Amino acid sequence: MLLRLHQIDKFYPTGEGPLHVLRGIDLSLEAGKSLALTGESGSGKSTLLHLVAGLDSPDAGEIHLGGTNIVGLNDTALAALRRGTVGLVFQQFNLIPSLDVAANLAFQARLAGRPDPAWLKVLAKRLGLAQVLTRYPEQLSSGQQQRVAIGRTLAARPRLVLADEPTGNLDEATGDAVLDLMLSLVAETGAALLMVTHSNRLANRLNARVHLHAGRLV
Amino acid sequence: MVWIGLTALLSYWRRRPVQLAMLLLGLSLATALWSAVQAINGEARASYDRAAAILGQDRLAQLVREDGARMDQQEFVRLRRAGWLASPVIEGEMRFGDVRLRVLGIDPLTLPPQAQQVDIAAGDELLPFITAPGVLYAAPETAARLTEQATPPVRVAEGLPPGTVVTDIGQAQVLLGAKHKISRLLLWPDQPIGRAPLKVTAPGLTLREPSETGDLARLTDSFHLNLTAFGFLAFAVGLFIVHSAIGLAFEQRRQVFRTLRALGLPARVLVLLLIAELLTFALLAGLVGVALGYVVASALLPDVAATLRGLYGADVPGTLSIRPEVWAAGLAIAVIGTLVAAAQSLWRLWHLPLLAAAQPRAWARTSERALGAQGVAAMVLLLTAAGIAHFGSGLEAGFALLAALLLGAALALPLVLTGILHLGGRLARGPLAEWFWADTRQQLPGLSLALMALLLALAANVGVSTMVSSFRLTFTGWLDQRLASELYVTARTEAEATAIRDWLAQRSDAVLPIWSIEGRVAGQPAAIYGVADHATYRDNWPILSAVPEVWDRIATGDGALINEQLARRQELGLGDQITLPGGWRASIVGVYADYGNPIGQVIIGIDTLVQHYPDVSRLRYAIRIAPGKAESLAAGLRAEFGLPAQNVIDQAGIKVFSLKVFERTFNVTAALNVLTLGVAGLAMFASVMTLSGMRLPQLAPVWAIGLTRRHLAWLELSRGLLLAALTMLAALPVGIALAFVLLAVVNVEAFGWRLPMHLFPGDLARLAALALLAVGLAAAVPAWRLAHLSPSDLLKVFAHER
Repeated sequence: MLLRLHQIDKFYPTGEGPLHVLRGIDLSLEAGKSLALTGESGSGKSTLLHLVAGLDSPDAGEIHLGGTNIVGLNDTALAALRRGTVGLVFQQFNLIPSLDVAANLAFQARLAGRPDPAWLKVLAKRLGLAQVLTRYPEQLSSGQQQRVAIGRTLAARPRLVLADEPTGNLDEATGDAVLDLMLSLVAETGAALLMVTHSNRLANRLNARVHLHAGRLV
Repeated sequence: MVWIGLTALLSYWRRRPVQLAMLLLGLSLATALWSAVQAINGEARASYDRAAAILGQDRLAQLVREDGARMDQQEFVRLRRAGWLASPVIEGEMRFGDVRLRVLGIDPLTLPPQAQQVDIAAGDELLPFITAPGVLYAAPETAARLTEQATPPVRVAEGLPPGTVVTDIGQAQVLLGAKHKISRLLLWPDQPIGRAPLKVTAPGLTLREPSETGDLARLTDSFHLNLTAFGFLAFAVGLFIVHSAIGLAFEQRRQVFRTLRALGLPARVLVLLLIAELLTFALLAGLVGVALGYVVASALLPDVAATLRGLYGADVPGTLSIRPEVWAAGLAIAVIGTLVAAAQSLWRLWHLPLLAAAQPRAWARTSERALGAQGVAAMVLLLTAAGIAHFGSGLEAGFALLAALLLGAALALPLVLTGILHLGGRLARGPLAEWFWADTRQQLPGLSLALMALLLALAANVGVSTMVSSFRLTFTGWLDQRLASELYVTARTEAEATAIRDWLAQRSDAVLPIWSIEGRVAGQPAAIYGVADHATYRDNWPILSAVPEVWDRIATGDGALINEQLARRQELGLGDQITLPGGWRASIVGVYADYGNPIGQVIIGIDTLVQHYPDVSRLRYAIRIAPGKAESLAAGLRAEFGLPAQNVIDQAGIKVFSLKVFERTFNVTAALNVLTLGVAGLAMFASVMTLSGMRLPQLAPVWAIGLTRRHLAWLELSRGLLLAALTMLAALPVGIALAFVLLAVVNVEAFGWRLPMHLFPGDLARLAALALLAVGLAAAVPAWRLAHLSPSDLLKVFAHER
């Protein structure tokens, strides 16, 4: 099992007292499989994704990634985990505005110490970015920006891809095209995919789906 | 509608108190330094005006000798007999113990009403005034300085300039050792008809028309211009903060402006509301700034007063008066400065399309075209500076050159930094290094104003500290040359002087007279000294240029040496002829350095001096003796003649005193320098703090990809230090050019002497370390905050839901 979550609880402090966002979540995902995480706004989907990515820590429970419980790891170890094991795709793309497309695509792989120019070339071609490698993010369309973000994630060949509403900022046609590309490339790399989405239509295209409601899996 | 709009606009500041504090602080500090300089200048100028107005000089014509020497009292008698209504005045400087004063002797019975500053012509005041021991009238602060000294009775008279006493002319003639002599004659405005013409009655006298500005005001103009220039530089640096803060606030509120416009608030009302908001801030900060300015001015005024006394002999009181014009000017400059700093933002707002999208980072982006235009402007300014350096002359040209050089360099800075950062990016290896250089380049537009302010402050620091250190080195060497004798003695009377000379003849190696008279040379006030033919002068005197055998020619009475300032001001050179008091002429055989002296000086042979001015005071002497014996000889002199301590001074004592005066002279400059650097540091802090709030969207993805917050914080700190170090490097050549202009142009025009430039790498390294420390501290706060930011704050960047 690549990913296993056990009895995860998460609270956020608010003016009216702690808000219980996730309640006793148990979840697992095998290598090479894809799982859709659906739920209404505020149900805790993104929070769960951030906990798996090591961006935040749970208040209770365990998160086992590749056999290691990442809960309690220090900042440096979590940063290494994000560099080497996990790949993140955000709804807002979150590209690095000061770097051009080529540098953005290669950034995470080089940071992880796994630069692979041949694979990058393949990615750029498959993602339709070969003609815009010297452009900067602000000079790209939304669809192009999201394709760069996917390419950046996959360039490092992560074992787990975490995608948070990756097509949420795109129109339906562009979103479908981008998702097709992402699914086929993830499959090619053999990575597992955990994707947060509002859309039942998109969720149905993945191997499995779970639904979050008021912080619980239903 | 207006109130609702105003509430929406002001709510921005409620949520960003740090940004508001920075805006108010920047404006307050800028106003404070400007107001401090204005308060100091105002105090000094009021003092000069009092000096110029004394005895009605600003309203009454006077008769004087063309060569500035004193005239015989008989001139007065002749004029009165010829029907002229005139009143005699004698003027001179003398010491009462430690206190050196300007003594004005008047005749209360003939004094024109316009000249009566002291009411003594009536009542019980007259008799004690005109009979021995007489009365000295003085301003309260001068009277306080005289309480410990042996003087005739002192009475306080408000309105007299500090450092001046007024007494009866007979008493003054005794005090000044000038019996039957007068300095000038004040003329009544209404003269009787039928009086004999002036040319017939007093052919040797010249009519001087009343003048509203005295010699002091003219002489010290350059000093005050220097202070004003520094105050303006500090103000300009402060405006960088204000411009930056206003620009950021406008761009961050673009969404609010768009919404308000869309909801029906007219553009005109919106702009007026923003102007009202800015004016409120400007007035608030202006009030705080002027108050702060008075605090700074109070701290600096004693040193300024010492400088003016040391350099120009001008007495300025050491305390400040509250002047309404300083408050008005301070508030006005705060308001004008704010509106200038906000002009660009207001213009953009006025032309903002209703549907323009909010671009929180738009203010920080400078398009390549804008950068290119800035480069062209910088080039034009730098070429202008070069043109002025080549063709210009005069103090105004010197300051125009400084302004063009500094502004040109500041405008060129972002262009230079962009080039260096491009190069760094090309040379970088590894993804982090590449990101670091690229991201730094992207940050540059947002930081460039603060960096330009830092460049100005650093260049000013390099320039002024190089000038002061060069001056110090030259001055110390010059003091060694000028103060070659071991002891300096001043006798109290001519008889005592003769006795001292006789007593010293057997006990010292040489007794060198320091005798001088005052007068006018080439239209300038000057002192004429006689020197003995002695190795002390031949071996040590700081000659700048001279004809061969110069000392032989001085000894034989065949020529005169003049000081550098007289040579430069009157464009005199070797071989030129000058007319000395009494009407005789001498050829210039040499020019010597005479730093710190406000007036011209001429040196002739001692025999020539005595021959032309037999009445010269013969009280002061320099004594040569083996250094080891100097102390016992000084003690012997004091014991033998009962001389007060200050009448026998050793070389070391004078040097210590002179260096103390020198250091005080530049205390003000150093203080303004440090304050300007402080304002620039604050500009940097303000920019980094405000930018740090906008950095998260750029830093969070890098953190998410796999960098720790601590690592990012170090990179942020390094970015600040790198930019500061590059700015410091750019400031070095600008500062050195500034020092050169100060030494070779401004000083020559302002003081009349030119100094060689010396570079002090240690001082520059210290300044560089200070600049890095200041920027490091400014960048450390947001870096520390980033290192300790909770993940949930960083995650807000990604969170479109939770």
